[in-house]
Parts: sequence; C-alpha cells; structure tokens
Amino acid sequence: MIELSTEYFIVLLALFLCVAMAMIRIVKGPTAPDRVVGFDTINTIVIVSMVIFGAAYQTVIYIDVAIVYALLSFVSTLFIARYLQGGDF
Amino acid sequence: MLDMILTSIIYLLLAIGVFFNLLAGIGLLRFPDVYTRLHAGTKCTTFGSIFIIGSVILIGLKTWYLGDVNGSVLTIHSAVALIAILLTNPTGAHAIARAAHRSGVMPENAVIDELQIKGKKQKKTEKKETEDHT
Amino acid sequence: MISFIITTIICFITYLLLTTGSGSFLGLWSIEEILIGLILSLITGFITHGLFVKNNMRMANPMRWIYFIGYLIGPFFVSLAKANIDVAYRVITGKIKPGIVKIKPDLKTDLGITMLANSITLTPGTLSVDIDETTNELYIHWINVDEDALKKKPVDCKYICGNFPKWIRRIAE
Repeated sequence: MIELSTEYFIVLLALFLCVAMAMIRIVKGPTAPDRVVGFDTINTIVIVSMVIFGAAYQTVIYIDVAIVYALLSFVSTLFIARYLQGGDF
Repeated sequence: MLDMILTSIIYLLLAIGVFFNLLAGIGLLRFPDVYTRLHAGTKCTTFGSIFIIGSVILIGLKTWYLGDVNGSVLTIHSAVALIAILLTNPTGAHAIARAAHRSGVMPENAVIDELQIKGKKQKKTEKKETEDHT
Repeated sequence: MISFIITTIICFITYLLLTTGSGSFLGLWSIEEILIGLILSLITGFITHGLFVKNNMRMANPMRWIYFIGYLIGPFFVSLAKANIDVAYRVITGKIKPGIVKIKPDLKTDLGITMLANSITLTPGTLSVDIDETTNELYIHWINVDEDALKKKPVDCKYICGNFPKWIRRIAE
C-alpha cells in the first residue's frame, strides 16, 4: 500500500505552484527566449520533485529517471538556444 | 532525541528549499526582461534544489544507518542528480543568455551595454570589408 | 596509454556509483554488475581516450583537487547564499538597474574560463552572457550596476567576482 505522508504532499503542492507560475510565463512571454527561460525552470523543478517522489514512495527508480531527465533536458535547452541564435548547427 | 533533531533538520531544509523555489516562480513573473528573469530562474532553483536534495540525502543516510540497502541507493543517486543539476544549470543559463542577445533581445532600460557596442563595431568593419571588395 | 587508463577508471567509478544496491559484494554490488561494468568501461575507454584527456597532466596533482573542494565549500557556497538573499531582496522590492559590462579575468586555459563563467552565473547579481574567445574577455549582465565601477574600462574584476580568479588560477592553471 502506497501512501504519501502530509509533509511531502505540502512540498509537492508548493513545487506544483512554481510550475504553474513558470507556465504563466511561458504562455504570456512576449519573446521566444522568455519562453525558454520558463521551460528551463520547469525542467529543474521537475527533477527536484522526482527526487522528492522517490523519497516519499521509497522507490529508488524515480531518482534514476531524474538523473536521465536532467541530462536530456540540458541537451534540449542547448539545442533550443542554438536554434534561437541562428547560424549553422 | 537524536531522531527528533534529525527530523527537524530535514523539515528545515525542505522548508528553505521550497521557499527559494517559490521565489524563483515569483521572480519569473515580476521581473521585466529576459536577463533579469534568468537571474531568478537559475540561481533560486539551483539553491533550492541543493537544500531539497540535501534533505533527501539525509533521509537516505538515516535509512542506510538503520540497515536498509535502499538507503544507499537513495543517498548516492540523489547526490549524482544534484551534481548533474549543479553542472548543467549555469551552462544552460549562459546558452540562453547568449542566444537571446544574438537574436536581438536587448536588456530593458540598461545603464550600459558594452556587448552591443562591440557588435556594432564588428558590423561596421564587416561592411567596410565588403565595400572594399566591391 | 595513460589517457586510456584514466578514462577507464573514471567510467568504472561512474558505473559503480549508478549501480549500488544490486548485490552483496562489499555490501553494495553483485559480481555480475562489476564484471559487466569493467568490460563496458574498457570498451568506452578504448573508444574515447583521445577526447576526454588531453595531453597534459596538470589536473593530476592532488593539491589542485583539495583546493577545488575547499573552493566549493568555502567562498563559493558563501557567495551562492549571498546571491540568493540578494535576488530575494530584488524580487520583493523590484529595485533593479541592469547593464552589460566587460571584464578581463586574465585566465588562459579553457577549464579555468569555464569554471569562472559558471561561478559568476551563480554569484550575486551577475550572469555571464558572452565570451570573446580570442582575448578571453567575458561579458557580464549585472543586475545592479555600480557607478564607481564604470569609471575604469574594462571593469575591475573585484566588483563582479571578488577574489575568484585567484582561486581558479590556483586550481586550474
């Protein structure tokens, strides 16, 4: 039986609030780099909340997923930045 | 007694981390242009993740001490995730800032912009060279 | 040859870190995982030894690693904490005076410049924007420009990164 204790639930709720604020920035953002900044922030918060999930459920596989997600999101951020600045790849 | 102290340290670290992550969200909404938003979005999330993952590392050390092998996995893998965040976050911010400046987004009401001055000089010299060629 | 050995050892350590808790050897690993890890890291070391280690042994000196750890937990962490309190203050009050300035840190190696740029991004009020690769000058976005610092061009390092270049010269050059 899996149950999430209250303190982890509060932490995850606060992190969800951060993701929501970054999403407002993504929807509103007047230029493309603004949207990329929001996207990058969401990536970091998702990594942190995966680690918290792993600790809360005592399921270590979430943390492995978080490591892979961190590296892949870094590569995707670099590629979007490269695309925005123009020029050859 | 020791257990209680450890638990309160874990809660304290979680609270600090969540506070800084919320600050990152508010900063993203309040600041006026890309560069200042990057200040909020990079520094605050990195600092907040150090504290949150630090508390998870403490939880893992506690379970490891009580004789569960899962605790070691929790500790070491969280530390690897933290190192990944610490290495990749500033580099990503640098890449976004450079891309923003090259794609023509200038800082709002800036006091001074030496990079723009340098770009203009370069363009002038390039123009001269092309004129010379023609 | 020596680059092959270093690459293999680092790959093997990374593999071991990622597979803890799989068995009972030394309490953490199983024999199969260790064997597979050894084979894989030998293959990886054979393929990539030219990419990972360049032909100088500057970072092999253990004193540099001790300085590096001292730098991380000493001046770096303190200024990271200061940076966040500073950003918190600016988020709440909204007082900003941004600008982009140029500094000349006098570092020569790529590793040193990378470390300095990453440190600057994580320390109070500054963010590295661009680099001039021929002269190793950094362009820094500064959230609260100090008028005194603008009198001298390029701007003095001590306003932006304190004594970081001294530490990094000790670590990486």
